[in-house]
Amino acid sequence: MLFYIFAILAIVSGAYMVLTRNLLYAGFSLLIVLLSIAGIYVLLFADFIAVTQLMVYVGGVLVLILFGIMLSSRVQDKSLLSENVNTVWGALVAGLIVVGLSYSILKSNISSLPWLQTMEMDVLGNQKSTVQTIGIKLMTDFVLPFEIASLLLLIALMGAAYIATDKQKV
Amino acid sequence: MNIPLEHILLLSAVLFSIGILAVITKRHAVVVLMGIELIFNAANLNLVAFSRHDPQLLQGQLFSLFVIVIAAAEAAVALAIVLRVYQHFKTANLSEIVTDINK
Repeated sequence: MLFYIFAILAIVSGAYMVLTRNLLYAGFSLLIVLLSIAGIYVLLFADFIAVTQLMVYVGGVLVLILFGIMLSSRVQDKSLLSENVNTVWGALVAGLIVVGLSYSILKSNISSLPWLQTMEMDVLGNQKSTVQTIGIKLMTDFVLPFEIASLLLLIALMGAAYIATDKQKV
Repeated sequence: MNIPLEHILLLSAVLFSIGILAVITKRHAVVVLMGIELIFNAANLNLVAFSRHDPQLLQGQLFSLFVIVIAAAEAAVALAIVLRVYQHFKTANLSEIVTDINK
């Protein structure tokens, strides 16, 4: 039951994000979408992913986006509003995508796949949280992607700091 | 307390199409970035949903962890580029940005 509340909250605020023309309202409705997706992660037995979602998306990316909105618009004029273009074509493409995906999801009868018959209770076993399993997996099977991700983060953040520097003043 | 897999996939499909709609119709660069974040989240939701049925391996959750890392790096670089574009062209509207190569 809680899942459907979160799902409706995510869809309604996501639709409001597209429909509103005010940039700050769009940012705050994106906040509600991210929070309800974190709630859905908790319901799906993914507690570590939920906390990561809260810390990285809500605490980091959303603050970055709000800074980007405030730094890239003049307060005096109407540039806090974003104009809409291609409304008909956009609605057509998005409607086609959602209808096609829903049709194929409902037709494909996913629940009858053999490897999906495993109950989700078997995933966790006796332990209450996924943190220990994720930590062991990150340091054994997934250590190469883990190190590459850390290197990529370092490169991306240094590049972002370099790009955003005002070269005339330095 | 057993959420059907189809409902999660349908929610993810709706969020994905909302993100596509934001990318196509909005003209402010930051709102286009928000649409891309929404698409990332829809993909992550699918990964976590299928990871429920993966006994003691949790490969989907680990994959979605890496997706979150890539999304954070992408948002940082993209917002830095948006700030530079705003300083250069004095606008963040994607339709008004014209290259002055011919000048």
